[in-house]
Amino acid sequence: MKKTKASPWKSIQLGLAILVVMVTYAYGFEITNIDLGELQSERRQESLTRVLRTLAHPDILEYEQSTVIFNAPIYMPCPADGSSPDIPEPDTTQPYVVVTPACVEPGGTVLVEGFGFAPFVGGPLRFVPGSDPTNSVSLGRATLETDASGHFSVEMVLPDDRDSPDVQFIRATARENVGAPYFSRTAHETWDKIIETVFMALLATTVGTILAFPISFIAARNLMKPVRAPLASIALSLLGWPVGIWLGYQLVHWVGLQGAPFARNLVFAAGSVILVPVFLTFALRWALPQVELQVPSRELRLARLGVVILSLMVLFFGLFELAGLMSLLGARIIDSERVYSFMGTLLYQCGEILRLITPLLGALAGGGWVSSLFGRFGQRMAERLAAGLMKSINIVLAAAAGATVFVLIGLLVEWLYQLGRPELTLYWPAASGAGLGMIIALIARPKDSLPSGMVIYYVTRTILNALRSVEALVMAIVFVISVGIGPFAGILALGLHTIVSLGKLYSEQVESIMDGPLEAIQATGANRLQTIVYAVIPQIIPPFISYTMYRWDINVRMSTIIGFVGGGGIGFLLLQNINLLNYRAASTQMLAIAVVVAMMDYVSSVLRERTV
Amino acid sequence: MLQIKNLSKTYDGGVQALKDVSFDVPKGEFLAVIGLSGSGKSTLLRCINRLIEPTSGQILWNGESITAASPEEMRRIRRRIGMVFQHFNLVHRSKVLTNVLAGRLGYVNPAWSLLNRFPRADMEKAMAQLERVGIADKSGQRADALSGGQQQRVGIARALMQDPEIILADEPVASLDPVLAHSIMKHLEDINKQDGVTVLCSLHFLDLVHRYADRVIALNEGMVVFEGLPSEIDDQKFKDIYGREAERVG
Repeated sequence: MKKTKASPWKSIQLGLAILVVMVTYAYGFEITNIDLGELQSERRQESLTRVLRTLAHPDILEYEQSTVIFNAPIYMPCPADGSSPDIPEPDTTQPYVVVTPACVEPGGTVLVEGFGFAPFVGGPLRFVPGSDPTNSVSLGRATLETDASGHFSVEMVLPDDRDSPDVQFIRATARENVGAPYFSRTAHETWDKIIETVFMALLATTVGTILAFPISFIAARNLMKPVRAPLASIALSLLGWPVGIWLGYQLVHWVGLQGAPFARNLVFAAGSVILVPVFLTFALRWALPQVELQVPSRELRLARLGVVILSLMVLFFGLFELAGLMSLLGARIIDSERVYSFMGTLLYQCGEILRLITPLLGALAGGGWVSSLFGRFGQRMAERLAAGLMKSINIVLAAAAGATVFVLIGLLVEWLYQLGRPELTLYWPAASGAGLGMIIALIARPKDSLPSGMVIYYVTRTILNALRSVEALVMAIVFVISVGIGPFAGILALGLHTIVSLGKLYSEQVESIMDGPLEAIQATGANRLQTIVYAVIPQIIPPFISYTMYRWDINVRMSTIIGFVGGGGIGFLLLQNINLLNYRAASTQMLAIAVVVAMMDYVSSVLRERTV
Repeated sequence: MLQIKNLSKTYDGGVQALKDVSFDVPKGEFLAVIGLSGSGKSTLLRCINRLIEPTSGQILWNGESITAASPEEMRRIRRRIGMVFQHFNLVHRSKVLTNVLAGRLGYVNPAWSLLNRFPRADMEKAMAQLERVGIADKSGQRADALSGGQQQRVGIARALMQDPEIILADEPVASLDPVLAHSIMKHLEDINKQDGVTVLCSLHFLDLVHRYADRVIALNEGMVVFEGLPSEIDDQKFKDIYGREAERVG
């Protein structure tokens, strides 16, 4: 090792560094208002103690209570003539309280002793001003606690501004628990809400996992890097998306309209749900032969394409019928009003959801299909046509694709900001998009493959990172506004956050798989999807499970506070009780959160061990 | 007949792995590719089925150009070229049978294979291949539960599932002990002699080359420095291939 020479410059550097560090920390202390004196002040310590003690007594169990009240007379101040006040002898067969001395100056201290109470009971000990012993106003914070013989003695400081010539009282209240304990109202409320919380987390995690799974593949560099396509293919597949989405939506919407009358009839709906899969099995068996050694003829391929399209439409018809069937059955079960009628609600809701998302599925499927069809057509063109012709085709297609993309972005901007100026959101984007497309087409050589995969990768990554940096709590605020206060908003917020964060975690796992199997599967002639299913997925299952568990853990914890902003779950109750200074109830909820989180932790670690 | 014409490959970082490589492989030949580590053997084999995209040059197979094939044509070409790897490249968490069936992925309809549906004939074929390499009893086990030699047999069975006309073997025995090495090489020899499958096999040990290869190609820094019969490699040729300081050990 080379020994560095000590130079004055080095020492100055070090000194400067230390100075900078000190200034930084000093400034940090200053702006974060660190005040240790506050910690030591007696008043603060007292309130801390009080809060901690209340928190240590969560409001879970309650008893029926019998209350014994004794009002002991006291004179404050002592009579002016110096005589000792006239105190009646207490009835010693009942619980009674003796105050000594019987009169004091205002602000004086008295010894309060009780006799004949039940053993080990407690309650407040209060000064009751005015001469009426039934006065509901009472002062002080003292408490009594009896010993085994039912006796207590407490030194009590009386207020110094309540002097009166008449008799006043000290009220001792002893409360005794009677009978068996039962769960308090707080406990019941907490139970309801913690269940809601756990299920919020479950649903959010499920939705998030399902959607994050496909996203993770297009956000993985190692899978996207080999994805390259000629410009014509890229431009055509970009153009294919909007066309396909429109076509798919229209088609499925039409199928839905045709199927709607059947979906309202239980017999028809059930019948089609049974018949559709049968038809699909036979149709697809024919249209998608298991092995094909020769390249099929054009006519056969067209016929197969027709059958596949027909099958897809039948499939969507079947989905609508299934949705109808589920809704109908669900409604029946709800009407039966049995113990299991909540299953009916689930079935009904799932039916409704299916009915709503089927057209969207159709739109997506249409978009994907038309886009890949167009893309393949572009690929063919790039392979077969002459370079010069290809160049002009590229220019036209790239301009069209660029214009389309930019106009769609412009429309989004218009929708968000309502500018109402078409030259900014329509004409300019169209022109600049077309220009950009043309420039790319002019620069790129007509038959070269461009790294389309990496573009998709970067776009996906950027969106994921941007969304991930927004906390779920903030997302919840947006969703509370859009769908109203309640657990649904919480599920949407948590679900979205789960998608983006799992998408990133998953994709990093995909990036870290072994290349060997990938290479081997590719070498067998497998296409891209087959490679993913046979080489990628088996490798990523264990980390995916463990990340999903981890996320489920986080979601349970997050869902406990998402109620702070109205997102449902236990958080709302907790916040309310903290604001009402009802610390015993708040303590119950904190305890519930702690128990649930700890249990989740344990369960998820056990599951992880089992599966991984 | 496989023809390699003026094949060159330059990696993104500027490393030139292959320089103007040309040779022919007649059908049914067992061709050994030798050379130091980093001499371009793996790159050469991977260029043939285009796992690595060559920078320039041409590869013709039965007159059809592999280098100019479209993605769809490539799928049809690749499925007739089996590949065996040094590190076996099995999917560890999948069953042995699934690993072998994966060899049919280029033939079966993608839609069905995504649902893990294979034709019955393929299942029987897979069992037959496992039988042939002598590990039929392991078909239900996870691939990573097998020993190295067994894993390589699964790799061979997978390649055989492709009904290959060529098998590219990238140092198939480099991670195995000498006894296992011979048993794996015998399987390859058997496939070559009995089924008439052309074998391109990169090897490290000259005794294996002498024992199994019909012909040898030697690469040094991406160039073909020797092409001929194994028996023609004398001490002088050996030094040309492996460098001045090299000494023969086998």
